[in-house]
Amino acid sequence: MSVSDLTPLSAPGGSTVRAVHDEFHGDLLEVSMGPHHPSTHGVFRMIVTLDGETIVKLKPVFGYLHRNHEKLGENTTYLASMPYTDRLDYLNSMTNNWAYAVAVEKLAGLAVPERAEYVRVILAELTRLLNHSCLAGFLMQDCGCSGTPLMYAFREREKILDLFESLSGSRMMCNYQRFGGCRVDPSADWLAGAQRLTDGYGAFLDEFEALLTGNEILMARTQGVGRLSSALAISAGVTGPALRATGVAHDLRKVDGYGVYPRFDFRVPLGDHGDTYDRYMIRILEMRESLKILSQALAGLPGGPIMDPKAKLRGFRPKAGEAYGRIEGPKGEIGFYLISDGSANPYRYRVRPPSFINLTILEDMCLGRTVADAVIILGSVDIVLGEVDR
Amino acid sequence: MDTVEQLRDRLLARFPGAGITVVANPSPAAQHSLLLTAATARDLALFLRDEPGLQFDQCSNVTGVDWPDKEIVDTTKVTLPDPAGGPPKVVEQKSKRVEPGCLEVVYHLYSIALRHGPVILRLRTANRTDSVTLPSLTPVWRSCEFQEREVFDLFGVVFAGHPDLRRILMWDGYQDHPMRRDYVEPDSYEWEPTPHGEVLAKARQHYPAPAAAPEAPKP
Amino acid sequence: MSDAAPAITQAERDDLRRNGILLTSLEELYNWGRSHSVWPLNFGLACCAIEMIAASMARYDIARFGSEVFRPSPRQADLLIVSGTVTKKMAPQVVRLWNQMPEPKYCIAMGACAISGGPFKQGYNVLKGIDRFIPVDIYIPGCPPRPEALLHGLVQLQAKISGQPLTGPDAPRHLRTDIECDCPVPEFGAHDLEPPQNPAVWTPPPAVVRPDKA
Repeated sequence: MSVSDLTPLSAPGGSTVRAVHDEFHGDLLEVSMGPHHPSTHGVFRMIVTLDGETIVKLKPVFGYLHRNHEKLGENTTYLASMPYTDRLDYLNSMTNNWAYAVAVEKLAGLAVPERAEYVRVILAELTRLLNHSCLAGFLMQDCGCSGTPLMYAFREREKILDLFESLSGSRMMCNYQRFGGCRVDPSADWLAGAQRLTDGYGAFLDEFEALLTGNEILMARTQGVGRLSSALAISAGVTGPALRATGVAHDLRKVDGYGVYPRFDFRVPLGDHGDTYDRYMIRILEMRESLKILSQALAGLPGGPIMDPKAKLRGFRPKAGEAYGRIEGPKGEIGFYLISDGSANPYRYRVRPPSFINLTILEDMCLGRTVADAVIILGSVDIVLGEVDR
Repeated sequence: MDTVEQLRDRLLARFPGAGITVVANPSPAAQHSLLLTAATARDLALFLRDEPGLQFDQCSNVTGVDWPDKEIVDTTKVTLPDPAGGPPKVVEQKSKRVEPGCLEVVYHLYSIALRHGPVILRLRTANRTDSVTLPSLTPVWRSCEFQEREVFDLFGVVFAGHPDLRRILMWDGYQDHPMRRDYVEPDSYEWEPTPHGEVLAKARQHYPAPAAAPEAPKP
Repeated sequence: MSDAAPAITQAERDDLRRNGILLTSLEELYNWGRSHSVWPLNFGLACCAIEMIAASMARYDIARFGSEVFRPSPRQADLLIVSGTVTKKMAPQVVRLWNQMPEPKYCIAMGACAISGGPFKQGYNVLKGIDRFIPVDIYIPGCPPRPEALLHGLVQLQAKISGQPLTGPDAPRHLRTDIECDCPVPEFGAHDLEPPQNPAVWTPPPAVVRPDKA
């Protein structure tokens, strides 16, 4: 291939790298990474064009886990799509459930009891802890730090999964939220367990940070790597920790103030450089904020019903119309866009997948870096293929 | 933020004759949308992004919707004079017409800078077969890049001006647009007889019923 | 390995073993060795892959069963754990990975999707079970199966390996010359994979429509 084949991107703030191509440098090398590659977090594939070891072009290839979520959603009832949302971002089934429930509640105009809102916040923040811990573990795995951090993260994940399992009956695929509330009421024992976990999680974070945050190798590998400007991040629809790492204060928990989030006192950590280290650090700081929210929510959990008594589960047919509902998932803005034609199935069922849209700028972040950097940049974007390809 | 009607008037004041229609949303969400024409869509999008009071800097969600051709039966009452000289008769006449379908692309815009939204833009193709080109908004919002590719792949909308319009989820040689309502998937598997009527019908087609036993003669 | 009754019964062997005398056969020793060092391919497809990772972590510790060495390269792996939904776009690569693995090799279909398509069975891009293209040794149901279920499946696979005779018609593939080990890789067609299944390993099940439902 030659230089003329390379189409530089001309997005605002986008960087371009031109390959040096003369008789001295020789031909460019095209490498296909994935879909079976240990660093691609599943079946993601990148076609990387290299000049020596420098990336001059990177094209992601999607669809290896495209399992037709949206088509299936149009062929089943509203409620029957709830278990499918578990399998979108399979680390964070609770927040997926919540986002879908929010969209349907907007569509049908359902109210949610206060206790259910609190329980949703508790579960969403537990999910955030789970996701960010695992992400940090996987990121370190990508850096070549094989085993230990991931093993620590999964040790904590198991504790959270035990809570999810005792509440919903399933470790990963919780199928817990309903339109107008939650499926079961957490018992006092369960709440005590959640409190114990919240109290102990700070110690794990301290241990984790002592291992990693000041680690010289980690800093050398991640600082200044995969820089992203805030203008490009906004234009590319990047959301979640990757956007906040560029210094943009955009957290839907504050912006939309959905659920009962405005009642809690927490801060939104922001980054300075928009590099991989910032993206790692943001997640650690967010976990500490999540712990604050958890303590407040567990302390202030009101009594009352967990489901809106007027909500219908069977024969649920919202009036014709449409709604877009979104929440701040651990990976970014997860939204559902539903069009109802008055029947039992949605006419159009669309998922706004944060990991998929966050990958828009993968090429911009990787240009000019090496393949080893591309691996950790991808790791810091935090993707789950079930959601990327749906 | 402005209501959607105020926003339409503001856009029309800046772009007279742009052809903007408000599409009302009767659900409790009340997220109404603006239907734009393909010719002016990109100018309007740039205005929405750059105008200081609006600043819709984030295009959060791009999606396609398929509206197939719809057969509508109109019933009109016609008064016919009676040739015999009696009182005129009122006759109902039914006429069928086909409302042409379209492919629709929906954009959800938010402003991160001013924290408002959503503004929902809709674009419609002329039909579902040969005139399916719409302007790409990727030059305005980079986040449309992959999502418009997805709409192209699954619905078959062609985005003029997209930098890299290829299939994204299905493979390159694939011919269909599976998210269209009239897509028929390859029948490549056994269908379990579940209580769902549609699945049961397919199962029957797959495994024709065993020859019925001869009926017992009636006494 | 004759079919004649063994000269020494299992009870007598156990009695000797308790007294510190170990009697074994070459077949038993060979199968014991390979059944307890099954190296899986480091290959995750979807949700089940997370539970596969969890099985290799501290709480479930797949190392207790000799299978903690996840190999990134198919050339070094003995076991393909198909952990998740196989889409039509992915199926050719899965078959290719299977062909690249050296014999003796085994395949576990982990989870409902790998077995039959699972909840996504009616999707247009979903393969209705990996056993349409490659031979599967162990099926682990669940959506996703718990890590314990994966461990149980692994123990079942070990039992299967331990029980394989080294000669005769039931010998494992790698000791036989009369069968073809490679599976044909399907091509991407205009509407579906071509062919949509491998008739050498898969035939459609008999009619499942009950007469009273037909």
